Amino acid sequence: MKETKVIELEEVAIRFSGDSGDGMQLTGTLFSDTTALLGNDISTFPDYPSEIRAPQGTVGGVSGFQVQFGQKQVNTPGDNANVLVAMNPAAIKANARFLEPGGTIIYDSDSFTEKNLKKANFATDDPFAECNLEDYFKIPVPISSLTQEGLKDFGLDNKSVLRSKNMFALGLVCWMFNRPLDYVEEFIKNKFKKKPVVVDSNIKVLHDGYNYGLTMQHMTPSYLVNPAEIENGTYRNINGNHATAWGLLAAAEKSGLELFLGSYPITPATDILTALSQRKDLGVKTFQAEDEIAGICSAIGASFAGDLAVTTTSGPGLALKGEAIGLAVMAELPLVIVNVQRGGPSTGLPTKTEQSDLMQALYGRNGESPVVVLAASTPSDCFHYAYMSAKIALERMVPVILLTDGFLGNGSEPWKIPSMADMPSITPRVAKDSEEFQAYKRDAATLAREWAIPGMAGFEHRIGGLEKNITGTVSHDPENHQVNSEIREEKVQRVVDLVPELEICGDEDGGDVLVVSWGGTFGHTASTVREMRMAGKNVSLAHFNYIKPLPKNTKEVFSKFKKIIVCELNLGQFVAYLRNELPEFNYYQANKVKGLPFTVSELKESITKLLED
Amino acid sequence: MTDVKYTIKDFKSENEVRWCAGCGDFAIINAIQRTMAGMGIPKEKFAVISGIGCSSRFPYYMNTFGFHTIHGRAAAIASGVKAANPDLSVWVMSGDGDSMAIGGNHFIHLIRRNIDVNMVVFNNRIYGLTKGQYSPTSDRGFVSKTSPFGTVEDPFVPGQLVLGARGSFYARSIDGNLKLSQSVFEKAAEHKGTSVVEVLQNCVIFNNGIHTAITDPNHRADRQLMLEHGKPMIFGAENEKGLVFDNGKLKVVKIGENGVTEADILVHDATEVDPTLHLALINMALPDFPVAFGVIRAVPAPVYDTEMEAQIKEVQQTRKVTCVDELLNSGNTWEVTGNPNGSSKKCI
Repeated sequence: MKETKVIELEEVAIRFSGDSGDGMQLTGTLFSDTTALLGNDISTFPDYPSEIRAPQGTVGGVSGFQVQFGQKQVNTPGDNANVLVAMNPAAIKANARFLEPGGTIIYDSDSFTEKNLKKANFATDDPFAECNLEDYFKIPVPISSLTQEGLKDFGLDNKSVLRSKNMFALGLVCWMFNRPLDYVEEFIKNKFKKKPVVVDSNIKVLHDGYNYGLTMQHMTPSYLVNPAEIENGTYRNINGNHATAWGLLAAAEKSGLELFLGSYPITPATDILTALSQRKDLGVKTFQAEDEIAGICSAIGASFAGDLAVTTTSGPGLALKGEAIGLAVMAELPLVIVNVQRGGPSTGLPTKTEQSDLMQALYGRNGESPVVVLAASTPSDCFHYAYMSAKIALERMVPVILLTDGFLGNGSEPWKIPSMADMPSITPRVAKDSEEFQAYKRDAATLAREWAIPGMAGFEHRIGGLEKNITGTVSHDPENHQVNSEIREEKVQRVVDLVPELEICGDEDGGDVLVVSWGGTFGHTASTVREMRMAGKNVSLAHFNYIKPLPKNTKEVFSKFKKIIVCELNLGQFVAYLRNELPEFNYYQANKVKGLPFTVSELKESITKLLED
Repeated sequence: MTDVKYTIKDFKSENEVRWCAGCGDFAIINAIQRTMAGMGIPKEKFAVISGIGCSSRFPYYMNTFGFHTIHGRAAAIASGVKAANPDLSVWVMSGDGDSMAIGGNHFIHLIRRNIDVNMVVFNNRIYGLTKGQYSPTSDRGFVSKTSPFGTVEDPFVPGQLVLGARGSFYARSIDGNLKLSQSVFEKAAEHKGTSVVEVLQNCVIFNNGIHTAITDPNHRADRQLMLEHGKPMIFGAENEKGLVFDNGKLKVVKIGENGVTEADILVHDATEVDPTLHLALINMALPDFPVAFGVIRAVPAPVYDTEMEAQIKEVQQTRKVTCVDELLNSGNTWEVTGNPNGSSKKCI
């Protein structure tokens, strides 16, 4: 027997792919968690259809989960996969273009029947040739029949048996990448603790997959990816939606307020509602509203009543909340609005990522209606920016929109767990002196008003959506409206005191090209700039998390570079905003609206072109 | 109960009341202020929430915490206020358009959840603030600025919506009957859960006299049935008429005719969980029946805001996670050591 070929790699990307009912998201998540626990840096990308169960075996129903892990810093899930696990022919067709040249394809040979090839619209019986995958290393494994064989004594019906075939694939991949099975076993035991037969059958199949790799090692290579050299500390794996939920919890604890979430389920933001609804132990009140409008309105009510109030949504929901955001602007109540962006317009691409709600966040309301806008840049830093959104809202009495996106929300990475003691303080502007109190009397420095909460004796007052004077009384006075409109804008601009300066990653004294990005594209722009700099190119990066107001030194940073290219997953919204705010610069653009993240290679191409021009 | 004594003056704000002269709203605010003054609750615990419409200017005229919000959304905002702080006495002031057109969804879901707020629906069957368009409670054929040839749609009957949404409390009053209004507001305040009070209100400018057939002093006794829990459903100038249930329907009978005695007359039970008879009372309309007033339904039901608090307390009794630090460190974590120069992920 031939010895196993052990390949040592710095980083590797694996894509698990199958029918949306095949359990690929779970398989990918379990593999990622196992890998993160071993100390690799990881980045994940779930890519799934919006139908819960699209017709079985069709390309439209393919659900994928890509994870890249490495022994260095990993900022992206990888442009292309080194290894594809395909549970059916449709998965081959859907993923052929996401494969790294020379990559490995593991596939369930039992599912490559005439019927399934037809469902996936293959014209011949050689799907690999049709997809130009002849040169790839292919490992056919009869996953379905081996699963059936392994479970024949369990007394399960065929449908239940085949439900476990993802565990066979997972076991096999764990062997290939030298991952232990104990984490997965614990997960299965916990998840199905009330159904011992399900626990036993899944663990059996998992081991069968692992052992298959071990015994068939003449045909499968094994990979070694050493742990990453990352900062010392305690780590966990976290996705963006969980990090957002936990950042809000942290802000509530720090500020001494109760957390209230009013929300209506919407892809891909629902997981924040789910995560917070599980936290009754920490006193969170979650209100699943009858619609998006009631989601934000209940939050505004809770804010009026003294809670740290939040509403979460995605693009179409943000549109529905527009009028109520205006009310929060006018009433000057603290409120956090989280928008997990997805492909639009209208229903668009619900499960795909995009950055096309920036204009909506900045301007999508009637009247002069300024709000603070922040954007998180990695799954784990959603925690920090959710926390900062709450801090700004509470200290400045202003609504804050936090933009994340489907890529961040569902993607995960290892996260060095912070300590609450190290988090910045949050001091809500609760009114203290009822003699002095006026509803719209402002702090001279920040222009923030005070927060007087029902139940506080002597502070009874009225607020509302009508223009008002300093006491909160309705005012139609023309001068008053002009002054108040300017104050509301200026109040948002003064939040700049809380905004850290824009950092230049690269040449701090300036150079040829500055790559500008914002929000969820950080992993891809940072990887691009890092790789180009390693290749000797004069490229730097300025990545924005604070959109409105912009960091104080933005102009100074921009002026140090010969060329500026703004990269974003829309047709040019941030660049339009920059042209408006800082018209003295010439901006180049790299835009993409495919519902997918950038790839490092396409960004390199755009930037290289700019360097050469 | 806290020992606080207020008069109606304590609830009047500094703002000039700007309803049209003769508007039914004046009487309603009077009744509300009297009710609140007598509730024995500290003034700072009242929160008055409204949407948009003439009635929704209400909070500005009350010396309590008040929030004048956006069209149709007062019920949703009040839901958040009460869920955030169940200790408050929360009142929603709304109109027929605000609650049953643009805010219809929030109205029915507020009632379904049975959040402990008191919602007063000023029903003048017209849009007043926008100057005279038909509303969702205007009768079929009603002529208005936007229905010059008459509407071709049927109206909502507010009480039907309340029952359809599984309402636990519904009462009906008339703006001009201060005593009745105050009495039903008091009962609405006492009730735990969503209390909806429909007040037939007269818009003196755009729909003057819409309720006159009911309120006309000359016929009032025959056209109004004042319901009281535990009392027989008797009306008429001489208390000579009553209601009986006959063949699955309500029927007006005369006491003393055809052998009918007072003992045959239906006795009102507002606490009956089965809504059948309450619905029949809500549906009564002129000319065949008197219109029912007073508390038609007041049944005990689980209250959202107290259930929410109870659930949190229950979970917290056996909780494993007591603070955010514990949460962040729960589940699968791992230690990285031996990389004193390891990089953070911020830059490149």
